[in-house]
Amino acid sequence: MRDVRDALMMARNSDGKLVRRPLSPHVQVYRWPISMALSIAHRISGVGLGIGTLLLTGWLASAASSEQGFERFQSFLGSVIGLFLLFCWSLALVFHFMSGLRHLWMDMGRGLDEKEYEQTALAVLICTGVLTVLIWLAGLIVW
Amino acid sequence: MVAFNLPANSRIGQGQTFAAPADAKQAREFRIYRWNPDDGQNPRMDSYNIDLDACGPMVLDALIKIKNEVDPTLTFRRSCREGICGSCAMNIDGGNTLACLKPIDEVKGAVRITPLPHMPVVKDLVPDLSQVYAQLRSIEPWLQADSPAPPDGERLQSKEERAKLDGLWECILCFCCSTSCPSYWWNGDRFLGPAVLLQAYRWIADSRDERTGERLDALEDPFKLYRCHTIMNCTDSCPKGLNPAKAIAEIKKLIVERVV
Repeated sequence: MRDVRDALMMARNSDGKLVRRPLSPHVQVYRWPISMALSIAHRISGVGLGIGTLLLTGWLASAASSEQGFERFQSFLGSVIGLFLLFCWSLALVFHFMSGLRHLWMDMGRGLDEKEYEQTALAVLICTGVLTVLIWLAGLIVW
Repeated sequence: MVAFNLPANSRIGQGQTFAAPADAKQAREFRIYRWNPDDGQNPRMDSYNIDLDACGPMVLDALIKIKNEVDPTLTFRRSCREGICGSCAMNIDGGNTLACLKPIDEVKGAVRITPLPHMPVVKDLVPDLSQVYAQLRSIEPWLQADSPAPPDGERLQSKEERAKLDGLWECILCFCCSTSCPSYWWNGDRFLGPAVLLQAYRWIADSRDERTGERLDALEDPFKLYRCHTIMNCTDSCPKGLNPAKAIAEIKKLIVERVV
């Protein structure tokens, strides 16, 4: 036994010998309801946002360093890889924001009834899609 | 602690296959989790093919048929077979529910049955519930009052006070909800889990109980209560149609209300 919590995993078999019990399968077998998928996506997009904000920091830092540095960073952001990273970052930002609003709503004790939380989950996904497309349309027109 | 992989001794192997009777018109496969503490082996999935024409409509009917007619070593809990005792809680087709309330018809293809998730297994489909029972004990699930009961009868409640207990008293403690909760999977040793928190709220909401303050004090803890992140698997899985997530939200609201 590693610690006292491990005691729950110990048992005796029919001969009285100590055996270790298996842990029943969990995430391996569970069929994900939409709200569970969204909850995990909320965490993942949060981590993604943290990393993605490095892009913004890099952009500001390059502007502070020199004109050529800023030009280089601008052309990187305008490349296929740069645009892809920006797209993922904006998607994570919009999703995390909408999903955050949903969780705030539920933390107030609202929208927890029957299938309300499934409807709000669907609404989060639709709003994320629409808003991200709108932001990119606006961005590409200005660009 | 988050651990997505099963420990080495819990990985599931391929088990035996029991063929359907030759004259079966409507054969259906049941893939069932097996583990025997006496054989020193890892868990395995055994495959039983049975004739649905000669079987009752619910998953529990199939389990009883398998135990009676095919393999008497199959081990599972069951008692009332009508959704009142909570014994036959298990994971069927990826969701926690009571085998006696789950129609076989609702499952497409092979019916996959495993024990309640992320629990120590006693044998086959029987999980060890010591931890959830200890957690239930910790919230002192009984009426506590200093005022003596009226000498000539019960402690009375208004209809409105009694109505507050609807959706709470119906819980049969099958623990489908607690074992469906990822927060409970990762922090089950410190987070009380939806079933026990719903029970806690059942006594907090009771107008006859006089320990509301102490009960809230005991729950105000980063782990016991606040590991609930409204993932909603509890409400999604409850075979009685109750809403543990809402009960937890009510506890959180009461704790906020007494500060502001």
